Amino acid sequence: MLKDNIPQHKKTGAHGVMVQPDFKSKFHAYLDTHAHALFSSLGRLTRTPAAFMMTILVLAISMALSSSFYLMVKNFQQLTGNIEATNQISVFLKPTVTPAKALTLQEQIKLDALVESVQLITAEQALAEFKANSGYAEAVNALEQNPLPAVLLVLPKNSLEDEEGLKTLLGRFEKMPDVELAKSELQWINRLRAIIAVAKRLVLLFNLLFSFAVLLIIGNTIRLELQSRREEVLITQLVGATHAFIRRPFLYTGFWLGFLASVTAWFIVTVVLLFLRSPIQQLSEQYSGQFNLAFLDYTETLTLIGVTSLLGVLGAWWVLGSHLQALKPD
Amino acid sequence: MLKFEHVSKRYEGGGDALLDVSFHLQPGEMAFLTGHSGAGKSTVLKLAAAIEQSSHGQIKLEGQSINKLADSKIPYIRRKMGLIFQDYKLLQDRTVFDNVALPMVVAGYSYQDIAKRVRAALDKVALSGKEQKYPHALSGGEQQRVGIARAVVNKPALILADEPTGNLDPELSTEIMRLFTQFTQLGVTILVATHDIDLINRMEQRVIKLHRGRLVKG
Repeated sequence: MLKDNIPQHKKTGAHGVMVQPDFKSKFHAYLDTHAHALFSSLGRLTRTPAAFMMTILVLAISMALSSSFYLMVKNFQQLTGNIEATNQISVFLKPTVTPAKALTLQEQIKLDALVESVQLITAEQALAEFKANSGYAEAVNALEQNPLPAVLLVLPKNSLEDEEGLKTLLGRFEKMPDVELAKSELQWINRLRAIIAVAKRLVLLFNLLFSFAVLLIIGNTIRLELQSRREEVLITQLVGATHAFIRRPFLYTGFWLGFLASVTAWFIVTVVLLFLRSPIQQLSEQYSGQFNLAFLDYTETLTLIGVTSLLGVLGAWWVLGSHLQALKPD
Repeated sequence: MLKFEHVSKRYEGGGDALLDVSFHLQPGEMAFLTGHSGAGKSTVLKLAAAIEQSSHGQIKLEGQSINKLADSKIPYIRRKMGLIFQDYKLLQDRTVFDNVALPMVVAGYSYQDIAKRVRAALDKVALSGKEQKYPHALSGGEQQRVGIARAVVNKPALILADEPTGNLDPELSTEIMRLFTQFTQLGVTILVATHDIDLINRMEQRVIKLHRGRLVKG
C-alpha cells in the first residue's frame, strides 16, 4: 500500500534536511502569507455572517455617533463663524423715552471720550426691520402698539480685546435714567465662543470614549476568535510557527473589523445628514441665512477610516499580547 | 543527534516524572521508547520537542541545548523536527493539502516548493489524490498518515512519534514502520513512543525502556 521509493528525499544529502529557501523566494513567500492572512481573515469573518454583521454595526454606530457629535459642533461653528466679531453696544431705551429725548441722548453719548460713533434706531425703524426680516409680519400687524424700544447702537473706540473698557462703558450707560438695558454683542459672542470651546472638548472626550469602546469591542472579538481557534494556534506552534506568524491573521481580522466599521459609519453619518439636510435648509431660509450643511470632507473621511482601522489592529495586538503568551501546547 | 544527559523532570505538586535519564540517538538511528503508561514516555517526547523544560540535566539537539530555550527560539528548533501525535492533531477545517503544507507555510517556503513537497510527502504515505479532502472524510488510519506526511514534509532531522500506530491495523503499522526505516537510511533520527510489544519485537530496533521515570534499558 505504501510506496517504497522515496525519490524526493535522495536529492537533499546525507541528513535529508531540506535546503533553506533563498531570500528572494522567502520574500515572495512572506508577501504570500500576508496576502493569504489578509483575505483568509476576511473570509473567516464572513463565515459567521450574523455575528460579523452585528459586530460591524456596533462598531459602526459607535464611530457614527462620535463623528456626528464632531459634525454637529463643526456645523454650529460654521454658523457662528459668519457672525462678525464687533464690540458694538446696544443701548435699549425705556419705552417712555420720546424720539426727541432719544436724539438728545445720542448727542450726549457721542461726546463720551471712549465712543467712536452712535446710531439711533427708533422704535418705528426697529419694527419695520423686524417685519421685513423675521417672517412674522402678520403677527406684528396684529399688535395694537409697537412692543419694540428705541435703540442706540454705540461703537466704542477701544479694541475688540479691551474687555475692561467695554465694561466701563456698559456700566456708564446702564446708570443713565432713560436706559433700560445696555448689551454688548461682544459679550454674547464671547459666551458663544466659550460654549463652542466646551462643545469641542466634549467632542474630543466623546471621541476618546468611543474609540476606547471600539478598542474594547475589537479586542473582545479577537479574544473570542482566539479561543475558538485555540486548537489551530497550538498545532501551528507545534509545527514551528513564530508568534508573528500566529498573530498575523488576527491582526488582519482586527484591521478588517475597524476598516469595514468605519466605512459603514461613514454611510450612516451621510445618510443621517441627507435625511436632515432639507429641514435644516428650510430652517436656515427662515433666518435668511446662507447655510450649507457640512458633511465629512475628504480628510475627515480618511481620518475616520484610518483611525478606526488602526484601532482594530491595536485592539487585536493588545489582546494577543496578553493571551498568546498563555497559549502553549501541553 | 538527540542527547539526554542526566535529565530529570519534576512537575509542580506531582512526583518525579523522569529521574536521571540519559541516552543518545545517533543520526539515522531509530529507537522505540517504551514502558507502562506513566513511565515517562510522554515526558521524554515533550522535553525533546521543547514543549516542556527539564528540571535538571541537559537535552541537546545537534549539539544545541534545547532545555532552557527562549520562547522566540523554540519555533526554529521545532522546524528541525517532525512531530506525530496519537490523536493526529490535524486542522479539521483545512484540506489534507493545507494540513501537510502547514510546516512549510510557517517556515516561509514559496508556493511552488510547498506544492511539490506536499505531493511528494502524500505520495510517500499513499494518500495521493486525497489532497482536497477534509480530515473528517478520512479513516483513522488515513488521518494518521496525513499526520505522518506533515511530520516529514519539511525533511526534518528528527522525528518524534507518540503512539503513531495506535489506530492502525498490524499490517498498516508494519508499513508505517518500514517507511520510518527508509527515512533512517537517509540520516533521519526517529524516536517512537509505543507500548505495542509485538511491533517492537518485529522491528528489531533499539529499545529505550522506562519504568517509573527511570531508564531501565537503553
